[in-house]
Amino acid sequence: MTRRIGNGCALNVRGFEAHAAVFQKARDAAVRGSSGMIRGTVAIAVEDLRKVYHVREGGSWRGRTREITALDGISFSVAAGEIAGFIGPNGAGKSTAIKILSGILRPTSGIVRVGDLVPWQDRRAHVARIGVVFGQRTQLWWDLSVAEGLGLLRDIYGVDPERFARNRARLTEALDLGGIMDQSVRQLSLGQRMRAEIAAALLHDPEVLILDEPTIGLDAPSKLAVRAFVRDLRRERGTTVLLTTHDMHDIEALAERVIVIGHGRILTDSPFQDLRATTLSERILEADFVTEPPVLDLPHGATETMRDGRSVTITFDPRLVPAQVLVAQLSAVPGLDDLRIGRPAIEEIITRFYADHAT
Amino acid sequence: MLDGLVLYRRMAAASIAAQLRYPGTFVLQAAGNFVTTLLSFFGLWSLFHRFGSLGGWDIGMVAVLYGLVNVAFSVAETLGRGFEIFGGEFVKTGNFDRLLLRPRSTLLLLLGHELRLRPVGRFLQGAFVLAAGLHLSPHVGWATVWLIPWAVAGGAALFLGILIGQAALCFLTIEGLEVVNILTYGGVEAGQYPLPMFGRWLRRFLTWAVPIAGICYYPTLVMVRHADPLGMPMWFGAVSPALGFVFLGVMVWAWGRGVAGYVSSGS
Repeated sequence: MTRRIGNGCALNVRGFEAHAAVFQKARDAAVRGSSGMIRGTVAIAVEDLRKVYHVREGGSWRGRTREITALDGISFSVAAGEIAGFIGPNGAGKSTAIKILSGILRPTSGIVRVGDLVPWQDRRAHVARIGVVFGQRTQLWWDLSVAEGLGLLRDIYGVDPERFARNRARLTEALDLGGIMDQSVRQLSLGQRMRAEIAAALLHDPEVLILDEPTIGLDAPSKLAVRAFVRDLRRERGTTVLLTTHDMHDIEALAERVIVIGHGRILTDSPFQDLRATTLSERILEADFVTEPPVLDLPHGATETMRDGRSVTITFDPRLVPAQVLVAQLSAVPGLDDLRIGRPAIEEIITRFYADHAT
Repeated sequence: MLDGLVLYRRMAAASIAAQLRYPGTFVLQAAGNFVTTLLSFFGLWSLFHRFGSLGGWDIGMVAVLYGLVNVAFSVAETLGRGFEIFGGEFVKTGNFDRLLLRPRSTLLLLLGHELRLRPVGRFLQGAFVLAAGLHLSPHVGWATVWLIPWAVAGGAALFLGILIGQAALCFLTIEGLEVVNILTYGGVEAGQYPLPMFGRWLRRFLTWAVPIAGICYYPTLVMVRHADPLGMPMWFGAVSPALGFVFLGVMVWAWGRGVAGYVSSGS
C-alpha cells in the first residue's frame, strides 16, 4: 500500500479516506492481537511511513543536496493500554519516528493517527493528549523549582485546578517527589530529575506516553523506580506507552511487544518472548571443577565455547541436546563442583538480530 | 486569547522571579544599561553643542527622536528576549522541539520565555531624554499626549518584528545572522537622526521597508509642530506608527513559514 504524495494538499484530501481504512485495519489487527492481547481500540496507527531528509553537502551555498532515507515505509500499530518497545541501533530511524509521532516532524509520506488525530496536522490538539519524556533533554525549567515548573505546565496544558491538585499529589507520592519539590531543577541529580520529568509529562493525563531513553544514565535504583512506575501507570490508568531504549532490561521489564527497527524498516514486530525464541534458542552452561577440568567429550549440539582456569562454558541447543542429558553426562565427570544453566544476555540476542538482518 | 494572556502573565512572573533571585546583579546590569545608552546621547548632544543645529534641526527635536526610539526599543528588548536568543538556545540545541511539544503557539511560548528587566535602564534614560527634548522644543502641541504612547507602541511592534524576523532566519542559518543587528541597533541609531539627513534610497527604506521613520521621525514632526521639509503632509505622522504593526504582522507571517519549514525538514 504505497502512497507517494507530492504535496501536503494532496495528503489532506486523499489521506482522509485512507485514514479510515487504515484505522479499521489497524483496529482489526489489534483485536486479533499480534501480542496475544485482546483490546478494543488502537492508540497509535502507522502506515507506510516514509521520511527523506535532504542534506546539503560541502559548502552551504554551492554544495549538492543528498537524500537520506531515515524511514523507508514502516507500518505498525499499538493498541490502547499496550506497552510497546521500539528499539534499534543508532541511526536506524527511531528518533525520526518518535519525532513524527510527537508532531514535531512532518513525514515525506505515509499515514499516522494517534487517537483520532494526525500529529503534524493538528499539533496543538495532538500534543495536549500525549506526554513525552526525552531522557537527554529536560521539559522543565532549569532556573525554576520543580513545583514552579509543574505550576507553569498546569497553565500551559490548561489543567483545571482540582485535577492538577489530584494529579500532583498522586505523582508526588508515586514518584517520591516530596523532598525535591522546592529544589531548582538545576540542583537535581539525574535520577531525581527523571522522576520530575515523568511527573511533568503526566500532569495532563495523556492517553499516550512516549518515553525516549527514560533510563539513560540512571543508577540501578532509579532505573527500577522508573520501570515500576511505568508498569503501575499502565495497570492503573491504561496509558499506552511507546518506549525507546538501548537498555534491554527496560524492554524485558516493561514491554510485552517489541518493534525492532533498522535501516528505516521494521525488522520484526513480535511479542518479546517470540523474539527471544526465534532469534536464539541457545542455552549457556557453566561448569566449575575442583581441579583442572579434563577434556570433555560433548554430544552433537553442544560446544565448549570458553575455558577459564577451573571453569568451562558450554553453549548448547536444547532441541538437540536436552539440558538434563548434558547435566547427567557432566555429572559423571570426576571433579565437578558446580553447574549453572542460563540464557544468553539480552543484548546478545539483539546484537545477533541486527547482524542477521543487516543488508 | 484570554487564556493566552493568563499564561503569559504566569510565565512572565516566573521569569521576573528568576531574575530577581540575584537582585544585586540585576541592579548593576540595569544601571550599566542606563549609563551606556546615555553615553551615546552625549555624543549626539556634543555634536549639537558644537554646531548649534544641523540642517535646521535643533537639539530639542533630536532629543525627542532619540527618546522615542530608545523607549520603543527597550520595550521590544524586554518582550522579545526569547527571539533574540532563539538561534543559539533553541534551534542549535534542538530545544525548539521542546516548545513544539507544548499545546500552545510558539510565539506565545517564546514571548513568555523571558521578560527581561535589564532594558529598564535604556527605558528610563530614553524617557528622560524625551522629556528634556519636549521641554526644549518651543511649539509642542497637545497631540503629543496620545502620540507618545502610540508612537512607542508602534516602535515596540516594529523592533519586536525585527527580533521575530531575525529568529525566523535562524531556521535557515541555524545561528542567526549578525547582519540583522544592523536593523536592531542600527535602527535605533538611524531613528535618532532626522530623516532628511539620509539619502533618497535610505529614506525610502526607513519609511516603507523597515518603517523606523514612521514610528519616530513623522510622529515627532507632529509633536513639535514642524513641517516636513520633504513635503509629507502633517497627518501622516499621526497614522504612521501603524506601519510598525504592519511590519510586525509581516514578520509573524514569516515566522509561521519558518516553523512550517522546520517541521517538514527536521533539524
